[in-house]
Amino acid sequence: MSRIRVLVGTRKGAFILTSDAARRDWQVSGPHFGGWEIFHIAGSPANPDRLYASQTSSWFGQVIQRSDDGGATWNPVGNDFSYAGDPGTHLHYDGTPKPWAFKRVWHLEPSPTDPDTVYAGVEDAALFRSTDGGQTWQELPGLREQQGAKWMPGAGGMCLHTILLDPANPARMVVAISAAGAFRSDDGGVSWKPVNRGLHSQYIPEPDAEIGHCVHRIAMHPARPETLFMQKHWDVMRSDDAGESWFEVSGNLPSDFGFAMAVHAHDPDTVYVVPIKSDSEHYPPEGKLRVYRSTAGGNAWDALTDGLPQEHCYVNVLRDAMAVDALDPCGVYFGTTGGQVYVSPDAGDHWQAIVRDLPAVLSVSVQTLS
Amino acid sequence: MAADLDRHTVRVVLPYHLTTLARCSTSEVELELAGPVTLAAVLDALEAAYPMLAGVVRDRATGQRRPLVRFYACQDDLSNSAPDAPLPDAVAAGREPLIIVGAIAGG
Repeated sequence: MSRIRVLVGTRKGAFILTSDAARRDWQVSGPHFGGWEIFHIAGSPANPDRLYASQTSSWFGQVIQRSDDGGATWNPVGNDFSYAGDPGTHLHYDGTPKPWAFKRVWHLEPSPTDPDTVYAGVEDAALFRSTDGGQTWQELPGLREQQGAKWMPGAGGMCLHTILLDPANPARMVVAISAAGAFRSDDGGVSWKPVNRGLHSQYIPEPDAEIGHCVHRIAMHPARPETLFMQKHWDVMRSDDAGESWFEVSGNLPSDFGFAMAVHAHDPDTVYVVPIKSDSEHYPPEGKLRVYRSTAGGNAWDALTDGLPQEHCYVNVLRDAMAVDALDPCGVYFGTTGGQVYVSPDAGDHWQAIVRDLPAVLSVSVQTLS
Repeated sequence: MAADLDRHTVRVVLPYHLTTLARCSTSEVELELAGPVTLAAVLDALEAAYPMLAGVVRDRATGQRRPLVRFYACQDDLSNSAPDAPLPDAVAAGREPLIIVGAIAGG
């Protein structure tokens, strides 16, 4: 009998939500690390009891926690994210050079095959890897060689927030940085190249520049890794050649600004986004919380509203706060800055709140356990 | 013997979040030090005894006090004292603790 474990990171701790396959009755555990910001929790596909959590604080900095029993107990592991060599400078908001300085881990991406290997996307933007279960971390510095001196932070900081590992090709990975853009490696992270052709951003000096685009999220279906979906600052984009070229698929969305994005577990052409009104107003258009689903790989989108508030709703859904499970029908999950975590056990047709009053949700990831 | 005279038992009070991170049952811990009792020496001893506190009081890259962490002892704010300056005799003698505080900040 399958079970579902939802790992929720919030502004004030971590919560673990569990259910059987019906996904109607949920047990809530937490807060773990109460009072700390938990930017992300992720489970190893190779050993689902192995979890990694990014625990951060403006006061006390970065801690990485590891669990080897599915979140029942945790132990702090390594938190030394030292850049390789002299990292030099990147651009500050005002265009002046600013020394690279580690601030926090935004995203953890465990290897699909080795529980001890995990990648960390950090602010100021860089990619780190651990091969010893998080005890030590090594930067993959080839990424910052891609014009890193010209990278500039987005409004949320200069964060590497998306790490996609190609399950069919272990040498290939795609990352995204706000606001530098998307980058791909085809040699296991040694060398990188920008993959932003086709992106158009009015708010940067060269709207079609090779770097500088504020990518909010990229999603990939593991069975079709060459197809990527991107929620950019504005615009929902698609690539069918692993990022070599992008085209817009915003179609009939009420707003193509947003953060979160996910792909259906069993249908690579079914994708979900949560439109947000604008970069100045981080809440749903018309105060209606709507997930939009395209079953055609973009362009044609349907609003999913059953069970979601359709008036007076002014929450945000952050970039790492949407995920799917692997059951059939596919479950879809997202968390809000208002502290709700919603589930749809039927691919988006109907929604219910698992919890309503958590601290602001920063991240949601899902494990399907057998 | 001179070596014994140079050994100290220093008391350190941790803020709540570091007490829980270090899994201490109380906020006050005792540290054994050899040599001069300075801020740097106490923090070195603290991180040696509790490795999970490395990087959360002092920045990993710079070794400097994290901006929202403060140090107090004997009614004095020692946050901006030189790391190698001697701490008050009462701290070195274990009569008073070095207090690590998370600054009141934010809303």
